[in-house]
Amino acid sequence: MNQLAFEVGQTATPEAVQFYILAPIAVLAALGILVVKKAVHAALLMAWIMITLAIFYIANGAAFLGVVQVVVYTGAVMMLFLFILMLVGVDSSDSLKENLKGVRPIAITASVGIALLLVSLISRASLGREAVGIEVMNSFGNVEGIASLLFTKYVWAFEFISALLITAAVGAMVLAHSQKSADAQKSQRVKSVARFRGESLGTAAGLPGSGVFARHNAVDVPALLPDGTPSELSVSKTLKARGDVIDGGKYALDQLPKANEADKDFEGR
Amino acid sequence: MNEFPMTTTELIGTDPGWLIAVKALLVFAICVLLTLFSIWAERRVVARMQMRLGPNRVGKFGLLQSLADGVKLAFKEDLIPKAADKIVFVIAPLISVSVCFLAFAVIPMSGPVTMFGRQTAMQLTDFPVAVLYILAATSIGVYGIVLAGWSSGSTYPLLGGLRSSAQVISYEVAMGLSLVAVFIYSGSMSTSEIVASQDRFWYAVVLFPSFIIYVISMVGETNRAPFDLAEAEGELVGGFHTEYSSLKFALFFLAEYVNILAVSALATTLFLGGYRALPGLGFTESWLGGWFTMVWFFAKVLLFFFLFIWLRGTLPRLRYDQFMKFGWKVLIPASIAWIMIVATLRVLSAEGAPQIVIGGFTASMVLLVLAGTSIYERSKVRAEARAHEVPEMPEPTFPLPVMPSGRTSAAGILPTRSIEGGDGDE
Repeated sequence: MNQLAFEVGQTATPEAVQFYILAPIAVLAALGILVVKKAVHAALLMAWIMITLAIFYIANGAAFLGVVQVVVYTGAVMMLFLFILMLVGVDSSDSLKENLKGVRPIAITASVGIALLLVSLISRASLGREAVGIEVMNSFGNVEGIASLLFTKYVWAFEFISALLITAAVGAMVLAHSQKSADAQKSQRVKSVARFRGESLGTAAGLPGSGVFARHNAVDVPALLPDGTPSELSVSKTLKARGDVIDGGKYALDQLPKANEADKDFEGR
Repeated sequence: MNEFPMTTTELIGTDPGWLIAVKALLVFAICVLLTLFSIWAERRVVARMQMRLGPNRVGKFGLLQSLADGVKLAFKEDLIPKAADKIVFVIAPLISVSVCFLAFAVIPMSGPVTMFGRQTAMQLTDFPVAVLYILAATSIGVYGIVLAGWSSGSTYPLLGGLRSSAQVISYEVAMGLSLVAVFIYSGSMSTSEIVASQDRFWYAVVLFPSFIIYVISMVGETNRAPFDLAEAEGELVGGFHTEYSSLKFALFFLAEYVNILAVSALATTLFLGGYRALPGLGFTESWLGGWFTMVWFFAKVLLFFFLFIWLRGTLPRLRYDQFMKFGWKVLIPASIAWIMIVATLRVLSAEGAPQIVIGGFTASMVLLVLAGTSIYERSKVRAEARAHEVPEMPEPTFPLPVMPSGRTSAAGILPTRSIEGGDGDE
């Protein structure tokens, strides 16, 4: 890469300064991805690397590419990654326990193989012709240059890839789509009418509040209905599940004298 | 513009380093001062709209109120929750506040002026993709919100952060699409060239649908009423900044207002002719050696800011699903259709198509839109009728109060004492 730069023209001093400041930071951030424990931190470092790359692009005269790099990769792709990491809650560091036996050697072989393949291919890569430099490419303007290539020479590749992406997006939406329950599709009006018909009429004005008619005004005591019976509906389901409910039967109307005695005993102690 | 033959890009391209530094400092100072002023203005104007007076104690007309509040905020205790991710918790407001200033670097605030004896313009820098650069800056700004929500280690901030970033991302799509029509018409994405290309007419007039879509999406983008779902107090306490206090909260506050000013400045630049004078008042552009153009610029920015306040004082908050549906199912398709129309018209006139073809295309588009909207309206009415169909259910038998003559049935279960008390008034 350095060789190429020298062929076209000497690297300007400001560009060199900027490179020697940003490149180590980018490399450190890349190493950090391997080291940090939290997935969100790794995603942040990744976003930082993308921004550094964008700065390099802009400094090299590819302004459009640099800005799009930030908008698309940092702004959209990385943000969606972050969303998923936060919603799924991958806070805890990954477990180092080997769940599937024998995967490790395969993984190591595969990654070393891919690395060798990439290095050998990239090291032998050549442009196949003299580099002309970004100034020539940008002679009609950076954006115009990219646009004329995308919409003339590479228009088919461009359209095919966009069709592929749209298919993938629609496919993901179809696969992830769940039929809404019938209840969610009812309108507010239908629901409010249904509330006053049939079974739910009894609780149309809301469930009885706990403890209101009882001698205790606490949430763990069922309310007494006007006919003197305790209402199980008045106690929160959570409390019931936890078993934190006082037996309402003891405050029923016919049990009152007994309950009075018990309370007196309690106060007397 | 005859006396200034150079374009703005050429003018500011020759700036020496010290002048760039001075301008950067000026832009920063203007943003902060304008924020202080606009917070005060918002409180006063909203108060008037709600038949109150608003802050009027500190300084003349309460002008120093924001300054006093800022000092108060800075001296408050700075809390970091135990469950918070400390590093990210501190970084998040810094990201928010540092990114929001970036947009102002490419906003042309004045025409050609003379500053310390040098010909220049009140614009820090300009490059061919300046408007996209602003979009990039806002998309990094979302990180501040998301990270603040996540790093607080608490549920409401997380929900608020996710909500507000989903909102910003969705409305940024609509915003970006509304800008495309401007790019097509001006043939450039550089802010100064877009302003220069509006010398005959403003894009707010020519590209009116784009302007409307931009104005709606800029309100959504900045999380402001009626789209301030991220801070819906009744649902999410304070949204992403619930756990923030003191200076860090102040930074978020500053970022919010600078963002509002930034989108207003972008709207001014792209649709209202930037620093240019109102039509017919072009002679004012050379007043004060060109500095008077800044007055025009900020007058337009403050006009947009007033719109923000007005919306806040008038409209109730939208429900989240309504808001998202509006963004994805109305704004984005509408702006895509509009871009198609603009592009076709542009190609037709560039290819030198006869007037009758262009006129016919425009008329057929208008008819198509009318037909489409009326079909949509009718289907909406039908869908509404279907949704309101009440399913077959037995008629209710309401429990009626017992009539005085038949009270025996009720009296049977009530304790005797209360019946005696009740008998007294018979």
